Amino acid sequence: MGDNELDQGKRRFLLTATGVAGGVATAAAAVPFVASMLPSERAKAAGAPVEADISTLAPGEKVTVEWRGQPVWIVRRTPEMLESIKGSADKVADPRSERKPGELTPAYARNEFRSIKPEVFVAVGICSHLGCSPQDKFKAGAEAFEGNWKGGFYCPCHGSLFDLAGRVYKNKPAPDNLKVPPYKFLSDTRILIGEDSKGA
Amino acid sequence: MRSAAARLATLLTCMLLALPHATFASESIKLDRLPAEVGPNDPASLQRGVQVFVNYCLSCHSANYMRYNRLADLGLTDGQILDNLVFTGAKAGDLMKTAMDAKDAKEWFGTQPPDLTVIARSRSSNAGSGADWLYSYLRGFYRDPSRSSGWNNTVFPNVGMPHVLWQLQGEQVLKTEVQMIPVGSKGDVEKRDVHKLVLAKPGAMKPAEYDRMVADLVNYLSYMSEPARATRVQLGIYVLLFLGVLLVLSYLVKNEYWKDVH
Amino acid sequence: MAAADKQPVVVTEAGPLNGVLSSLLTWVDQRFPMMTLWRGHMSEYYAPKNFNFWYYFGSLATVVLVLQIVTGIFLTMHYKPDAAQAFASVEYIMRDVPGGWLIRYLHSTGASAFFIVIYLHMFRGLLYGSYRKPRELIWLFGMLIYLCLMAEAFFGYLLPWGQMSYWGAQVIVNLFDALPLIGPDLSLWIRGDYVVSDATLNRFFAFHVIAIPLVLVGLVAAHIMALHEVGSNNPDGIEIKKRLDPKTGHPVDGIPFHPYYTIGKDLFGMMVFLVVFAVILFFMPEMGGYFLEYNNFIPADPLKTPPHIAPVWYFTPYYSILRAVTEDFMWVLALMLIAYAVLVIRTARKPAVRVATASVSVVLLAGFFAFEPKVWGVVLMGAATLVFFLLPWLDRSPVKSIRYKGVLCKAALALFVVAFVILGYLGTLAVTEGRTLAAQFFTLVYFAFFLLMPWYTRMDKTKPEPGRVTG
Repeated sequence: MGDNELDQGKRRFLLTATGVAGGVATAAAAVPFVASMLPSERAKAAGAPVEADISTLAPGEKVTVEWRGQPVWIVRRTPEMLESIKGSADKVADPRSERKPGELTPAYARNEFRSIKPEVFVAVGICSHLGCSPQDKFKAGAEAFEGNWKGGFYCPCHGSLFDLAGRVYKNKPAPDNLKVPPYKFLSDTRILIGEDSKGA
Repeated sequence: MRSAAARLATLLTCMLLALPHATFASESIKLDRLPAEVGPNDPASLQRGVQVFVNYCLSCHSANYMRYNRLADLGLTDGQILDNLVFTGAKAGDLMKTAMDAKDAKEWFGTQPPDLTVIARSRSSNAGSGADWLYSYLRGFYRDPSRSSGWNNTVFPNVGMPHVLWQLQGEQVLKTEVQMIPVGSKGDVEKRDVHKLVLAKPGAMKPAEYDRMVADLVNYLSYMSEPARATRVQLGIYVLLFLGVLLVLSYLVKNEYWKDVH
Repeated sequence: MAAADKQPVVVTEAGPLNGVLSSLLTWVDQRFPMMTLWRGHMSEYYAPKNFNFWYYFGSLATVVLVLQIVTGIFLTMHYKPDAAQAFASVEYIMRDVPGGWLIRYLHSTGASAFFIVIYLHMFRGLLYGSYRKPRELIWLFGMLIYLCLMAEAFFGYLLPWGQMSYWGAQVIVNLFDALPLIGPDLSLWIRGDYVVSDATLNRFFAFHVIAIPLVLVGLVAAHIMALHEVGSNNPDGIEIKKRLDPKTGHPVDGIPFHPYYTIGKDLFGMMVFLVVFAVILFFMPEMGGYFLEYNNFIPADPLKTPPHIAPVWYFTPYYSILRAVTEDFMWVLALMLIAYAVLVIRTARKPAVRVATASVSVVLLAGFFAFEPKVWGVVLMGAATLVFFLLPWLDRSPVKSIRYKGVLCKAALALFVVAFVILGYLGTLAVTEGRTLAAQFFTLVYFAFFLLMPWYTRMDKTKPEPGRVTG
């Protein structure tokens, strides 16, 4: 019957319209719940960039700053240390930091010394093997773990070695170079860790 | 409910509501209303208010649940906030903590001054909104030599807080007058003490100016007690519009299906 | 029915996925009673066709239950059940958690909405005699749900750790002190400490978040299963199963629950509810201090009692009854007890009943004056909730629905509603002599509604019930 067909058509239209509107409403209603699981203002504030003052950092010294719960090292490298980095190029597994560049080495650190300014080295002090914090071994010379040690970092947990640009030595348990965090210079003596010039 | 029962219920309810109002009445103090022109949609007022707040209130009170960078709601940048409003070396993302040590506070005032983040919500009552209370309170201080701080307050009798803004308002005193108030309908009169605040020594601001400043401050305190309020109201309008559409659609669906039922 | 014997599930809407969906659903149906449940509870559950306004509140109650559970889960992700952190964590949710303020207001408005819906749902039961045989068990499950809901709200209210949270819990737990012999030890056990403290907060959190919700969901399932076993009542109070269509075997006055009530009425009902709910949620979530009490924006201070402690609005009728029991009132109660005992003894037929009534009355009378009025306040408050359980056996009317009951029943119900509302209002106010008198009067009205019911329902002149529903 014609009447019945009209009814069915109307019924189908109404149901579809209501269904679509209901679907939109449900999706909209889900938004605040999903959003509530994103980092809160408290988490964002705790993870905010940290300012480090290196005015009193002497050449050859290292200072550690906490950012997002991680130790970040700042080393004022001497000219000899910079020379030794050139020397250790053939001992390291990834001399040009080509592995995982987006993750470990930002654009401004994709250079010989893995830093913005050669004399100031900034890196996250966590071994890329299983997360221990390596020790400073800045003096070059013979060491138990390496006869011709050029200077760098030694991880006591499983013996991984890193040079003074944070590059991992070949044939060691750690697979990757030390991570260079986002950072920028606010002035010659102030570094902001956690934010680079692109605002990342 | 069938009409007979409904009529009976209405009759009984009316009878009961006609009982002497005194049975259900409650006493409340009289508060001044926050001027209607001052509202949450006035960023300039809120900015003036937060300036007063950080300069005068944060020295003793904390606002431990409010972050400085939330003041972006007022149209301020992080830089502006840090330059003009932060005196404690805090970062933009930090909470508005007080500089005063809790132990010192207890020694000086007997108790730690209460946190002010949600004070505007907690002071609401039958007498008026929390904003009304705060507006009246901050203008209700008067000189009282019997108090250790030298100050008392008409809205909060024997309050421990001194009149922090006295240099701006000046000094008020409480004048008591004995008035004959007519009581009842038979022409009886009752002697009653009527209190009035009188400005004895003027301050740096004229009374109207001071009142406007307090209004801005209270406006800020109202905002701070619920920063999401503006978003809440705006979202509410959109939600109700959409629910209206869904209401109409579901009504049409209901009628469509129920055509089958006789 | 063996899996292989079942009919394949046919999806009636035409479409490209029709075949896939049919196969999938058939696979499930062969291993799970999906279609049996669907037919039994939805598409072939025949409900009376004359459901009116009062019949929306059951489905609305399930909507609010789901809302509270979902918002509760998301609140629990951020809330800290620690006396030193609880209040701050609520403000953290309101300010620092994206969308947190909305989830919090949904939960607080939902709590009050739950009680409004449930009170209206229970009132429907009173109106149409939905508690009468054979639906007594539905009513009992429902009453258990009500008790669980009150407990859930009570435990939940401590969690924000404001002044009202703290002192409300302190007052109510201290009530148990009044019970003879076991009182003080019982309170100590409930609190886990000498006063309401962190220990109390943590256990109330456990009750509120998991223990009672599990029980609630189970009871709601039982409630609905009991309903579907017997079939729904209706505004005329007649049994539609008495008149079956000879051809189909279905009640002539029945219609399938799906789609007429699911997509038809209840979807619309939910929209109306959501509109009202949204108005409150977005424009007045505090509801003048009734849904979010002003005092609760002050952190709990064990050393400073607020001048006026009142429970949340949905408990105030019972709070009124508790406060109404004073020393003077014990005399009134004693008189009422004697009058009631006389009434029972004069009209009871079995001698055993007469003897039992006499002995119980004597014991109670002795108790009225042996124990403090405070104890009897607690007892009366408890009795006010428990007396609802007796309703199926108190109502002796030959008809179920108020539509066919007489003037006495209608007046009694009207008076009960008035008493409940006024007791509720009085519970929000501070005590004065006048208000106590009013509360005492309405407490008597409240109990009279139930306790005199066997007599006035039998005496009342009823109208004949119709054979078919009247809409």
